[in-house]
Amino acid sequence: MINYLELSGVGIEFDTNGSKFRALQNVNLKLDKGEFVSLIGHSGCGKSTVLNIVAGLYRATEGGVILEGKEVLDPGPDRAVVFQNHSLMPWLSVYDNVALAVDQVFRRSKSRAERRDWIEHNLALVNMDHAMDKLPSEISGGMKQRVGIARCLAMQPKVLLMDEPFGALDALTRAQLQDSLMQIQAELGNTVIMITHDVDEAVLLSDRIVMMSNGPAATIGDILPVGLARPRDRLALAEDPEFVHLRQQVLEFLYAKHGHPAGTQAGNQAEAAAVSPAGTRLAAVAKSDAAVDSPEPGAPGTAAA
Amino acid sequence: MSDTLSNAAAAIPDHRLERILAGFNPGKLASALILPTLGILVFLLAWHLSASRIETSLGQFPGPVQVWEQVQNLAAEHRRERDKEAAFNERQQQRNARKLAANPEAEVKWRSYTGKPTFFDQIVTSLLTVGAGFLIANLIAIPLGVLCGLSASMYKAVNPVIQVFKPVSPLAWLPLVTMVVSATYSVEDPMFDKAFLNSAITVALCCLWPTLINTTVGVTGIDRDLVNVSRVMALSPLTHIHKIVLPAATPMIFTGLRLSLATGWMVLIAAEMLAQNPGLGKFVWDEFQNGSSNSLGRIMVAVLAIGLIGFMLDKLMLALQKRVSWDKQAVLR
Ligand SMILES: Nc1ncnc2c1ncn2[C@@H]1O[C@H](COP(=O)(O)OP(=O)(O)OP(=O)(O)O)[C@@H](O)[C@H]1O
Ligand SMILES: [Mg+2]
Repeated sequence: MINYLELSGVGIEFDTNGSKFRALQNVNLKLDKGEFVSLIGHSGCGKSTVLNIVAGLYRATEGGVILEGKEVLDPGPDRAVVFQNHSLMPWLSVYDNVALAVDQVFRRSKSRAERRDWIEHNLALVNMDHAMDKLPSEISGGMKQRVGIARCLAMQPKVLLMDEPFGALDALTRAQLQDSLMQIQAELGNTVIMITHDVDEAVLLSDRIVMMSNGPAATIGDILPVGLARPRDRLALAEDPEFVHLRQQVLEFLYAKHGHPAGTQAGNQAEAAAVSPAGTRLAAVAKSDAAVDSPEPGAPGTAAA
Repeated sequence: MSDTLSNAAAAIPDHRLERILAGFNPGKLASALILPTLGILVFLLAWHLSASRIETSLGQFPGPVQVWEQVQNLAAEHRRERDKEAAFNERQQQRNARKLAANPEAEVKWRSYTGKPTFFDQIVTSLLTVGAGFLIANLIAIPLGVLCGLSASMYKAVNPVIQVFKPVSPLAWLPLVTMVVSATYSVEDPMFDKAFLNSAITVALCCLWPTLINTTVGVTGIDRDLVNVSRVMALSPLTHIHKIVLPAATPMIFTGLRLSLATGWMVLIAAEMLAQNPGLGKFVWDEFQNGSSNSLGRIMVAVLAIGLIGFMLDKLMLALQKRVSWDKQAVLR
């Protein structure tokens, strides 16, 4: 089968005041259409950078991204991004914020009336049709994030990219938005890459969880398939042994194996690599708690990997 | 879920009534009215007391009372001049009517009245000139500022020019502007007076910089995420400027415009004085040369008028800024 979205050998080097900083090295990832993938990893490891490269906002130094057989060179509405801090234009009403995107993308293909309906439809999808004339400063953080999602959905992107979309929200609002997102994704079948710091969120929403090793020269450490049946219900899953096990595996990766993958193990191989039994690493989890903050790649926790 | 959302919407507190009530708060009233009045009274008293101690070659320095007399004098002169003009026009009309009655083919001429411009005429001239200069300057400054803000290379190219010309006094520009205008602007029956152009261009050269610099800073400082949103939507450059850049930079552009108008108004008076262009500056200079016992009082009237008009121009810009600002919460002052 042809991959819908493919990152192959992606690496990037930033030029900061003359000195080079290698943020990513040899990142390989393949996504199928309609797949929901989470990116998880320690702060500063390069998750946003990966997302920005897929979005076309950054250009990879080596390797590249291919979407539906075409190389990604520029940003475009087929790869809509939901930014962490909503990024609504503060001078435009909720309606106009979505309209800005819709008018741009469907300028030719939809009539004025059709665009109006489409904007309202998308706002209704995220339950924001009641506040269309409000300015962003007049609505809550969760509502802003909903509008940001509506704006992206309205562009009918091939891939929806979300950079910690719910990171700034309280737990209750976050849970609501996660449920909304799951529902919408089930209905529309969007292909999604979502960055998160929340292990539960990753397990609940994803088909696969991509765990990144620490930078510099970060890459994909492990990929964890999540085989939980959909639709998923957060309350029922909380006690589900499979859910608990997956959660445990992600935590283990983050706290025990948070360094570079050993030897040549990178991207492709990692994808295939089976996750070793949890029991063998329990000791490492306990040991490495102190090492979490340790910045250098040779930290004690790395040895376990 | 939608329940909680609408609750959240309703929970946004409505402070309108409280705000209205706060308006009637006697303490606030005191600080809004009494304190400024007190300040003005103290100033007038200090002025009055110190003025009576200063002797100049043109007599005593005018105090508030003498200045008030001159205000009335100037108003009376203005009315007299207007009456004269009306009478002149009336006579002319009658003469032409008689001529036409005697011979319908006769060629009638209409000469407009050329009396001495009064104080109030000079104010109008000054306002028109500063308006023209301000307009010219900002028609250049805002687009150029947007370009400099959007493109780092453009900024690097323009920045040295800005830095060099920004501190130049209008008086240094004036001779150059005068020479260039008289060399290049030589059409038959010109639409604008040369003196008017000289002052307007000098003003423009000086009030270009605040808007240019502030627009550049405003455009450079746009939230990166908003720019990225625009890139993801693949907005065309013009739409990007119209929908994202200009609204985002509006607060800074207006800061620039206000500074620019204030600079322009200050520069104008100096330019008019030096170049003998009509306007308030010329009024001051003429009175100074005139050297009658009333001159100092009349100059003082001009000084106050300049200050008040400058203040009002700023208020005007502020009102305009409040109208176009999207951030209704921002405290503008
Ligand atoms: N434009 C840039 N120029 C220079 N360095 C950059 C740039 N963007 C990112 N970096 C560096 O690349 C590394 C990865 O950054 P990135 O923002 O992708 O991390 P992240 O995983 O998203 O972190 P977080 O979870 O905190 O958002 C960091 O060390 C960062 O300093
Ligand atoms: Mg990030």
